[in-house]
Amino acid sequence: MWFPRLPSDRVLRLRPLEGPFALTQRQANTERLYCVNLQARRLGLQRAMSFTDAHALCPDLISQPADPPADARFLASLRRWATRYCPWVGIEGGDGLVLDVTGSAHLAGGEAGLLADMRARLARAGIAVQIGLADTRGAAWALARHGEGVAGAGQGLAAIGGLPVEALRLEAATVVALQRLGLRQISDLAAAARAPLARRFGPELMLRLDQALGAQAEQISPQQEPPHYGVRLTLPDPIGLTEDVMAGTARLLDQLCAKLKAQEMGARVLQLTLRRVDQASQQVDLRLAGPMRDPARILPLFARGVDAADAGFGIDQIRLEAVQVEPLATEQTSISLHLREARGGPRKDGLEDLITRIGTRIGLENVQRFLPADSHIPERAFVIAAAAYSAPESGWVCLRPRPLTLFAPEPVNAAGPRPPREFRWRRMELTTVRATGPERIAPEWWLEDESWRHGLRDYWRVETRQGRRLWMFYTPQNPGWCVQGEFA
Amino acid sequence: MTSDLNQSFPLRRGRVHEVFGPAAFGFAAVACAQAAGDVLWISEGWRAEQINPLGLVAFFDPARLLLARTKDQTEVLAVAEEALRDGCIGFVVLALTRPLDLREGRRLQLAAETGRATGLCLIPEGMGSNATQSRWQAAPLFAADTDSTLMRWQIIKNKAGTLGVWDVRWDGAAHRLDVVSAVAERPRSSPAPA
Repeated sequence: MWFPRLPSDRVLRLRPLEGPFALTQRQANTERLYCVNLQARRLGLQRAMSFTDAHALCPDLISQPADPPADARFLASLRRWATRYCPWVGIEGGDGLVLDVTGSAHLAGGEAGLLADMRARLARAGIAVQIGLADTRGAAWALARHGEGVAGAGQGLAAIGGLPVEALRLEAATVVALQRLGLRQISDLAAAARAPLARRFGPELMLRLDQALGAQAEQISPQQEPPHYGVRLTLPDPIGLTEDVMAGTARLLDQLCAKLKAQEMGARVLQLTLRRVDQASQQVDLRLAGPMRDPARILPLFARGVDAADAGFGIDQIRLEAVQVEPLATEQTSISLHLREARGGPRKDGLEDLITRIGTRIGLENVQRFLPADSHIPERAFVIAAAAYSAPESGWVCLRPRPLTLFAPEPVNAAGPRPPREFRWRRMELTTVRATGPERIAPEWWLEDESWRHGLRDYWRVETRQGRRLWMFYTPQNPGWCVQGEFA
Repeated sequence: MTSDLNQSFPLRRGRVHEVFGPAAFGFAAVACAQAAGDVLWISEGWRAEQINPLGLVAFFDPARLLLARTKDQTEVLAVAEEALRDGCIGFVVLALTRPLDLREGRRLQLAAETGRATGLCLIPEGMGSNATQSRWQAAPLFAADTDSTLMRWQIIKNKAGTLGVWDVRWDGAAHRLDVVSAVAERPRSSPAPA
């Protein structure tokens, strides 16, 4: 199955328009056409033509930048669609599908019926397609790209013999060389002596020929379906009680966790969709502090969200999906660990569960922890990270005394490089008794920081008669005093 | 009015306590250092004053600390109740801005009892709750001799024990709390500086 104009078909499906249309892609500083639709092609536009040339040929050309990743996704969804015909479907290059319909063609009414059905459905979807059907993959490829057709069993060379040699999936240089030798059609190539050709072009040419003619086997590797972590429960009668919904959720969780376990995965984000009889649906999202697949641990975490959900006239379908999963290897549970936990020792899992429960209330990113960072700037000597996505790090080093609390610098009315004897801070009259310092900290010039625009800081630990021990700094380049922290 | 600090500190497990005063953070840091297990520090997100993990190093390993930043005080209380009841966190610090009513205070006590965890509320002065186990006032003191962390701790409410005043200092190297002297037992008993 070859989709000659897949990218432009995809875009035009979303935004149908009449007239010539092209997708462009920037290559080596030039806008080049990436894919053109049928009208544009009739006007003589071609792939890889430069966009300015195309515009000169066709002034009313409508264009749009190409999006190859979206095309790949579109092709992948077409591949999923094609599994309706047979289970073995692979992707061929960037714009084709290869199906092994052996044994499944009769389901669609024979080969002719199958092809007609494919064409009809794709035409309705607005996707141009060329289909080749043959008993080898190479021959089907050749037929799809060079004059569609059906090659019956055993008539390999007869069906594709008249096609040009480029239908054999050869490199462009080989094709040109073969044409120079006068071998223009596949039948010419098949009739020629093999040994000199193999010597001249290497084994690939003969391999491709044999593959097309069926002398050499070639497999279709179907793409693996990515595992889908979703389960649902449809109820004959609507339910509304929290306990009932939780019981349903428990049943789904068991299924989902078994699936996760088989794949050695753990859920990170779960989504519970409660569909009500009036077709509205309620969603309960659960973000876990760590990958998890233990139903007994996950279920209580849903309690709060389910409780808050509005059942309306009743819920008749429950759907549970693990939206985000992470690898979670099977762990060996040791007896000693069990014993320790049974004796009331600290549980590692317990903390994760707690973070999750707190996270469902205040947001998982609001449960944080400090991690050490490499900087002399006091407010950058640590980073605050979400606890669910980081591990505790020790290795805190504090070479110089640092205050217990930090706040935004609060200016103090004082002058001179030595700490003031008396000053006012937060409406308190303070008298300096002892000052330790200065410790000079220079701003990090490679980072723009608004609060450090006053330049160097000389930090002092100032002890006052009133008891307060303050962390003050003087900015010599821009004279002034500020209080930035308080010691214990 | 002299009593042994060891009767009231470390703070009694499974209860919620209160502290206020300029050295409340220092008191909380010492209390965290003497508690076992992880520490959860809950505060409202808008607060400008934040703890400095490097300053905590002298007291305990900041890797033990978890922070929770919430929208308002109701959430602070909800998170604290959840954490205290769960019991896998040994010590919970709550920074409060408005007084607790009796119901809220009692709920916290019950949660702490269930989870065998200790709670400590940092409260503004004069906004204590009746349900608290003990209420402390902590103020820094100027130490004439050396650089230190001298503080005056006064217990002004105690449900299980006597009141008292102590001058204490944290020994950062040994991770130990030293009682300098009970105030009333000083050789030259003088009124405390204002």
